[in-house]
Amino acid sequence: MTADVLYPTSPAEVQEAVRSHPRVLPRGGGSKPALSTPREGQAVLNLSGLSWVLEYDPGEYVFVARAGTRLAEVEQLLAQNGQYLPFDPPLVEQGATLGGTVAAGLSGPLRQRFGGVRDFILGVQFVDGEGNLVRGGGKVVKNAAGFDLPKLMVGSLGRLGILTELAFKVFPFPKATATLRIPFPGLEAALEALYKLAGSPIELYALDLEPPATLILRLGGLPEALPARLERLQLFLSRSGEVLQGDAETQHWRHLNQLNLGRGYLVKVALTARLIPALEKALGGAPRRYMSAGNLLYLAWDDPLPRLDALLQSQGLAGLVLKGRTDRPQIGIDLEQVFGRRVAAALDPKGRLGNLGKPYAAQD
Amino acid sequence: MSLALNELERLFPPSRLLCKPGELAPYESDALTAFRARPLAVVLPESHDEVVATVRWCVKHRIPYVARGSGTSLSGGSLPIEGGLVIGLNRMNKLLRLEPQERIAVVQPGYINLQVSQAAAPYGLYYAPDPSSQPVSTIGGNLAFNSGGAHCLKYGMTSNHVLAARVVLPDGETVELGSESPENTGPDWLGLFVGSEGLMGIATEITLRLLPKPETYHTVLAAYDSLAKAGDAVAAVVASGLLPGAMEIMDSLAIEAAEAAVQAGYPKAARALLIVELEGETPQVEAEARHLDEVIRRSGAYEVRVAQSAEERMKIWKGRKAAFSAVGRLSPDYIVQDGVVPRSKLGQALQEIERLSERYGLRVANVFHAGDGNLHPLILYNGRVAGELERAEELAGEILRLCVALGGSITGEHGVGMEKKAYMAEMFSEADLAAMQRIRRALDPLELSNRGKMFPGGEAPALKHSGPHPLEQAGVISRE
Repeated sequence: MTADVLYPTSPAEVQEAVRSHPRVLPRGGGSKPALSTPREGQAVLNLSGLSWVLEYDPGEYVFVARAGTRLAEVEQLLAQNGQYLPFDPPLVEQGATLGGTVAAGLSGPLRQRFGGVRDFILGVQFVDGEGNLVRGGGKVVKNAAGFDLPKLMVGSLGRLGILTELAFKVFPFPKATATLRIPFPGLEAALEALYKLAGSPIELYALDLEPPATLILRLGGLPEALPARLERLQLFLSRSGEVLQGDAETQHWRHLNQLNLGRGYLVKVALTARLIPALEKALGGAPRRYMSAGNLLYLAWDDPLPRLDALLQSQGLAGLVLKGRTDRPQIGIDLEQVFGRRVAAALDPKGRLGNLGKPYAAQD
Repeated sequence: MSLALNELERLFPPSRLLCKPGELAPYESDALTAFRARPLAVVLPESHDEVVATVRWCVKHRIPYVARGSGTSLSGGSLPIEGGLVIGLNRMNKLLRLEPQERIAVVQPGYINLQVSQAAAPYGLYYAPDPSSQPVSTIGGNLAFNSGGAHCLKYGMTSNHVLAARVVLPDGETVELGSESPENTGPDWLGLFVGSEGLMGIATEITLRLLPKPETYHTVLAAYDSLAKAGDAVAAVVASGLLPGAMEIMDSLAIEAAEAAVQAGYPKAARALLIVELEGETPQVEAEARHLDEVIRRSGAYEVRVAQSAEERMKIWKGRKAAFSAVGRLSPDYIVQDGVVPRSKLGQALQEIERLSERYGLRVANVFHAGDGNLHPLILYNGRVAGELERAEELAGEILRLCVALGGSITGEHGVGMEKKAYMAEMFSEADLAAMQRIRRALDPLELSNRGKMFPGGEAPALKHSGPHPLEQAGVISRE
């Protein structure tokens, strides 16, 4: 199957493309092929031509860019001013874009400190299913005017609008970081420590669990306070673990950002820590990493997808396939409800947008 | 209408269905007292099912309604609709579940903001959003208006702390939005619902995220002989790479008011006060404090105080939090605006406001969240002087337009409500507003749920001079 591929270079061209095609699928860097591979009859809107920074004044903590802008470019620019995207989007080196990150709703391990992509998106401009150019939110760090369309677009998978511009709140990156890797004798002990940490005033930039039973903790802050805090952390857990600093530390997190966990499908699961024990029993050998105190799981799945779908359903969980061929990237429990169907129908009444076999609006 | 009311009487006992003029009077306005409207009736449901039955009744009889908590909205968001129904949710005020280990609290919409932190305190947890109205404002109202507070730059607004909600849609159907996980794998429907100002339905069960209480605070009060210097100090703090939990500025009029009200011990001669608060792990805060103190020292402050105890910290905050209601001591009436400007435009905005204040011959006190550029100009007027309220409204409008022109927003945390709906078109294009309207009508084709709010157009009730809200007079609520 060959699909039409269009390369709009302005929001007006995106509007035109939406109006002139019965079905369109937006695509940024293509780093999440399960979400950006066209189905029968879909024209691909390649947004790599909508890629430039619109506004960035470090003193404002606000960053505005076209949706096709690559994360790598964004991170480099922010880093020059000691700042970063606090939700820590994954797949930077694979060419992920701002738009794709928002549409897929992806955050990384550092979300533990200040929140995920939904907590840092300030403004959005998108083309709806009728070709209207719509703006929501703003370009200041605090804003309560109008419906929160920016948050609505997080995880929208291209089905509610084609993102053309995004504004984010950014923060200063800690001047120094250190990572502590602590193996525990078993999952129960590791989870006990995870809960203890999550409920404590210890401020971690990352609180990951690597099965079977290793916690990976990242501290950030002023360099002069870091040694004392590291020591306090070790005392708090009565374990010294292995300390990573400098290049070794940077490499660890950079490597993880690629989410090269293993063969097969790459899947994101939203959950809470209390589901980990049951999930750990069920998941077997699938390589995986729990992030942000057990609220986010990325796993590699090398078995047929329906098995994982059934497994997640049995745990009451929903997942999103990012890599690997599938016609239905949303797996696990059915998240459809009437609120969503009505909102989708309002923004895309003809079902032009989206990557599912059936768009939301057509399912009512 | 009596037929409809008869039906309502079958749903609610007389004690929870208010129809008499005397019973309705307290519901005729919210904290934006310049607006007043007489509802048909007020019902006080005690359960989700009663809310569903009420909404269905409204749909059947085409009666618009507004759901309301403590009525502390500063934008007229909980103002009744003339001849419509008020659904008072104050009786749905239970803490349904507190799970300290999972750090969540599940509450009914009438539960009070401050009570969440009080209930969580024994476990070392708290609920971060802290609007000044927090001793009385309800979580349901906070959710509807995406309330802010003094700590938004670092911790976000209400929306960043609501995990899930059970919602009665405008047709009476019930949906669950969100989950206990802060992550999700589809569109963020809950994110859209929070802050929708009651136009998309009524939340009857709300799951909140709790945070561990910071180990240490470092609260600095710095006095300046000009507002500009205080503003520059904020820029310098930001440039230093520090991320304080709060940065607040008060001008001389606000200082005078706060001093008169709560004797916070502020330096009275100051033209501007800056409050900066660091919080977090002790070793980190101690190190940050050394950097902050250096920045403040260089910023030209003529007096600097650091809170040495929890009591001193509370005293500093008491003056700030009381500043709004305290302004009532300086003037019989006032309007508060909450426009936002980019931080770098704060100085320009304040100068412009001062100029406008002179031109209109009305005093304006300024208390604001400097860290996130959220202004709170308080326009003082006397409603008994003919034309003064209208002039104050006009001045308020100019300030909103100024905020938009500087690249900001007409509201940082109070919402659009009734008050600012005419200014939505300053900030959003026709296409933007049309998209929002389409979403609204897809959920509420009859436009019953909080009809007449947020979107431009429609009739606004006549402005009336009516003095402070009764709760405000009693010092129970304040305006932020």
